[in-house]
Amino acid sequence: MPDLSSIIDRDPRFHALQRARSRFAWRMAAVVLTCYYIFILIIAWRPALFAIALTPGTVVTVGIAYGLGMIALSILLTGLYVWRANHEFDPLNQELLDEATKNSLR
Amino acid sequence: MKPPKTPCARLLLLVLSLLPGVALAATAPGLNRIAVTMFLCFVAVTLVVTLWAARRTRTTKDFYAAGGRITGFQNGLAIAGDFMSAATFLGISALIFDFGFDGLIYVVGGVAGWPLVLFLLSERLKNLGKFTFADAVSIRLRATPMRCLAATGSLCAVVLYLIAQMVGAGKLIEVLFHLRYEYAVCTVGILMVLYVSFGGMIATTWVQIIKASLLLVGGSVLAWMVYRQFDFSFDHLLRAATANHQLGARMLDPGQLVHDPISIISLGSTLILGTAGLPHILMRFFTVPNAAEARRSVLYATGFIGYFYLLIFILGFGAVALVTRDAGYFDPATNKVIGGANMAAIHLSHAVGGDAFLGFISAVCFATILAVVSGLTLSGASAISHDLYANVFRPHASERDVVRVSKISALGLGAIAVALGLAFEDQNVAYMVLLAFTIGASVNFPLLFLAMYWRNLTTRGALLGGCLGLLVAVGGIVFGPTVWVEVLGHATPLFPYKYPALFALIASFAGSILGSLTDHSPQAATERAAFGAQYVRSQTGLGAEAASMH
Repeated sequence: MPDLSSIIDRDPRFHALQRARSRFAWRMAAVVLTCYYIFILIIAWRPALFAIALTPGTVVTVGIAYGLGMIALSILLTGLYVWRANHEFDPLNQELLDEATKNSLR
Repeated sequence: MKPPKTPCARLLLLVLSLLPGVALAATAPGLNRIAVTMFLCFVAVTLVVTLWAARRTRTTKDFYAAGGRITGFQNGLAIAGDFMSAATFLGISALIFDFGFDGLIYVVGGVAGWPLVLFLLSERLKNLGKFTFADAVSIRLRATPMRCLAATGSLCAVVLYLIAQMVGAGKLIEVLFHLRYEYAVCTVGILMVLYVSFGGMIATTWVQIIKASLLLVGGSVLAWMVYRQFDFSFDHLLRAATANHQLGARMLDPGQLVHDPISIISLGSTLILGTAGLPHILMRFFTVPNAAEARRSVLYATGFIGYFYLLIFILGFGAVALVTRDAGYFDPATNKVIGGANMAAIHLSHAVGGDAFLGFISAVCFATILAVVSGLTLSGASAISHDLYANVFRPHASERDVVRVSKISALGLGAIAVALGLAFEDQNVAYMVLLAFTIGASVNFPLLFLAMYWRNLTTRGALLGGCLGLLVAVGGIVFGPTVWVEVLGHATPLFPYKYPALFALIASFAGSILGSLTDHSPQAATERAAFGAQYVRSQTGLGAEAASMH
């Protein structure tokens, strides 16, 4: 195949697409990592904070609620990423690939 | 059905025809008939699946990647199956049972690793690799040393995890089925070798799917029955749990299992990054046809795993509430669960559902172990046959030869797993799981991550980082409190922390970065120059199909 890879590499739209995609992926990863390490660091240095009851009159603690929230957040962000990647990024990606293939045959 | 002609089909039929005999022989007094019957049904169904899969396994792509024809949903279930081992089901409920809140660190860490796998690894890995994660690492770096390093990381993680599962399985089956430890370990070994060597990835995936469905159903019913006793109120459940636990309300305070900040951060890092370095899980991304399906499989897997871990939340606290108040399950004098803390969830099933339900949950646990060890064996066999044999020692080997070597490797790994399972019978092997995860987090993950994201990584840097990470991980565990003090009986550990992943991770990244930045060889320049093409391919999937065709 006559260097399809470098044709795509020269296309500014490819770089715009991959920048948008990378920024999105890294932001999502940053959200997960930040929330997770806040959870871990509170356990490490401020465990008393997680032992507080969520509302008066319940034994459910802030720590348990945070943990459950972390699971919900993981599933939610995963869904969001898959939806955007499959509906927005993939069609653009395919368009670039198709065009580059056409150009390389010309 | 026509009589099968191949020797493998004959062998599988022979094993199938032996099952009723085993069932008769297993009618010892005190044995749970339901458990045995259900388990034999599972074995029969999975062997039929293996037979079916064996007829569809022709090429290396069939053997390692199920022909790339698994859908995102199926793969998501299979990934969840790989991840939800008996160790998580029984082990994490036991941790919550013993230490309360700190068990939740495992729950949260186990789930939170998945979004990271999706955002940073899964689609690039799918676009770059063919059968194993070593493919993605060796695209622009020198293939021979990179394959050897990745295969070492994979095999270490696989064998350690395998030993831990074998010993756990033997112990569990001994208690549940009254089968002698040696027989239990051999049964598990024989079945997993049959699945893997005849049915390859197709059989392993379907065994995993069946088992994951059973586990999800079993866990849901169990959690529902427990929850019902507390009027479906989480508050009531926790109240009952804290009233019965020896720590009382303090069981909900963090810090009962891990105390010092460094250990907590290190454990947290092991859990969230370890997932991204387990070779049997990474391998699953090659069984789907494209990056979109790879993404979808992580979404389904995260959903199933998140849901199952929520159930474990309920089971762990439910066990504290219900198991501790019955002398048949719990000895208040010693504060120990009868049969060990890992039995907490099993006793719980008996407490809410009687003998029949206990039998059902036991059979599900046995099936779980069997499926997980099969996944591990397949992954180990592909590291030997695809990474080492086909790409390092015999680069021109035919597909038939490679598949043959895979089957022999599966047999060899099975034999090693059984032998080591027998050798470690009376040892505390919990550290092996920890070590497997530590190696995943601090050797495999940094290697894969840097190869895909960092232009400057060179072969020299990757080798230096990988070896340093491996040394620190193994050294930290061996000289740490778990092995040096608890297993070897020395008074004080040479390395003070129980979880060395943080140090190994830093060593691995530092080694790779320093080794690469100081590398000015012409080879390094070529490797950096090749990053562009690798990058385009990792983003677009260009060339990935061509690579998986040859």
